[in-house]
Amino acid sequence: MSSRISPKEVAHVAMLARLSLTDEEAELYASQLSSVLDHASDIESLDIHDLEVTAHPLGLTNRTRMDIVVAGLSQREALSQAPDEAQGMFSVPPVLGEPS
Amino acid sequence: MANIEVSPDELALSGGSEFLPKGWELVCGLEVHTELKTKTKLFCGCENVFGAQANTNVCPTCLGLPGSLPVLNERALEIAAMIGLALSAKVQASIFHRKNYFYPDMPKDFQISQYDIPLNADGYLVLPSGKRIGIERAHVEEDTGKITHLGGTSGRIHGAERALIDYNRSGVPLVEIVSRPDIASPEEAREYVSELRSTLVAIGASDGKMEEGSLRVDANVSVRPVGEVPFRTRCEIKNLNSLRSLVRAITFEARRQVDAYLAGEKVTQQTRHWDENVGRTVALRNKEEAEDYRYFPEPDLVPLRPSEEWIEGLRSQLGELPSERRARLVAGLGLSATNDQVETAISVDLYPFVKSALDAGVDPKIAVARCANELASLTPLDPGFEVSWFVEILRMETEGGVSATQAKSMLSEVAKSLISPKDAQEKLGISQLSEDQLTGTVQEVIQQNPAEWGRFINGESQLQGFFVGKIMKVTSGKADGKAVVRILRNLAERG
Repeated sequence: MSSRISPKEVAHVAMLARLSLTDEEAELYASQLSSVLDHASDIESLDIHDLEVTAHPLGLTNRTRMDIVVAGLSQREALSQAPDEAQGMFSVPPVLGEPS
Repeated sequence: MANIEVSPDELALSGGSEFLPKGWELVCGLEVHTELKTKTKLFCGCENVFGAQANTNVCPTCLGLPGSLPVLNERALEIAAMIGLALSAKVQASIFHRKNYFYPDMPKDFQISQYDIPLNADGYLVLPSGKRIGIERAHVEEDTGKITHLGGTSGRIHGAERALIDYNRSGVPLVEIVSRPDIASPEEAREYVSELRSTLVAIGASDGKMEEGSLRVDANVSVRPVGEVPFRTRCEIKNLNSLRSLVRAITFEARRQVDAYLAGEKVTQQTRHWDENVGRTVALRNKEEAEDYRYFPEPDLVPLRPSEEWIEGLRSQLGELPSERRARLVAGLGLSATNDQVETAISVDLYPFVKSALDAGVDPKIAVARCANELASLTPLDPGFEVSWFVEILRMETEGGVSATQAKSMLSEVAKSLISPKDAQEKLGISQLSEDQLTGTVQEVIQQNPAEWGRFINGESQLQGFFVGKIMKVTSGKADGKAVVRILRNLAERG
């Protein structure tokens, strides 16, 4: 029952998350993730054909706030959590392209 | 490849597929992102304003800090629904989804958007040409932060050494308007974006400034042989910052794809970047599939269920849409299609003037002409310039109280000095002659020129100009030309 998700799919998701996995890790996670999906499939066996699709458990709708400006953080406070900064901005390594 | 370069001279394209090799046609759909004109962001109370110092309109929510929660901006929701109504879409119950992706413009690592159930679905926009472009959906989402690529040798983003991020734009309310692939030429794409922009500006949803990024367009472009039914692989073109870029990029991309097919190559589904300087699109990345975004319902926001009363209340705030304004003026002028004057007169700054003039019974020809020519040349108008002044001057012209030339000078004087039409009239020394006075003057001129008058009443109608000229000279231009002609003709009939 460990064939719900292949090591190849694991590698694809890892690429999207910019994680580098070894082949062994991909194999391991494929088997672990498959057992999670197996568990989820148990729920699929329940008869729910007369239940309405629920987007949210609270039963509330249309919760909004007024369009009024509220003071946020200063630039200094905002950048205090930055790994690096330049010109008042968060500075990170370039991000385009596929991970090598 | 040389034959697919797009020269700037080639921008005036017609509505057909003539820009492609014979037998091929363009299939194009546009995704237009518009920032909404709200005071605050979509899910937090940070100010929504362009051009502020970097990272000064930010808070834990739009920085994605742990423990922060989104709360929906009521006004953003109203504007979003008004966009749907203006596009004749169905405003429906909807929910928010998380669109997951890894890119530092969104520090939460997901963007709150709408997925399978958007707020607005299934509308359309009718272009000035009469063509109807289907709208698949118009959904609400948050904007991302702005990344500036710094350093690198080529200056192109692939060579960048650092990426600098300003999160002021992160969380700004957006509506993404997705058209159906109904657009058949680059020129039609331009017309669609232009009409959509006018509509968004008219209902107060957006300021429509493409140069500031408050209106952004992505184009989905594919081509197919004429007569082929299924769609072929499409490419998404980004970085279209002007209508000119839009037309050039679609032209280039469609030709590139036709060339590839003709050379026996395949077209890969890609996101491509338009380089305005070089005039071509370049591959950015192979497109992620929708499933790669792992959309799932946003647990921190509850569903939206718009009531009928709420929707009707918003509908009543829409006002006259550009298409309705155009139809009113075209009908008033007795035209069969729109023209440049009408298009100018329906613009957001000028239409209130033309509308008030028409409501006050001004001749539509005068209302549109004075608006599109004189008033347009006086923009930007001082906020102190009153609509009622414009209407009063045009009413005087309609009723023959002042001549066209006098009305134009008065408009310019009123706009310049911000004084009432009466004061401007006095200042300019425009005293309108009464009908009796004018008739007397006309008779004097006739008596001084008996030979010409004789020829005129015997049918030499070209002498009308001779008499009008003489009378204008005698009255120093104060006579209304139209009134002079009327009096001349009356006297001629009586012999």
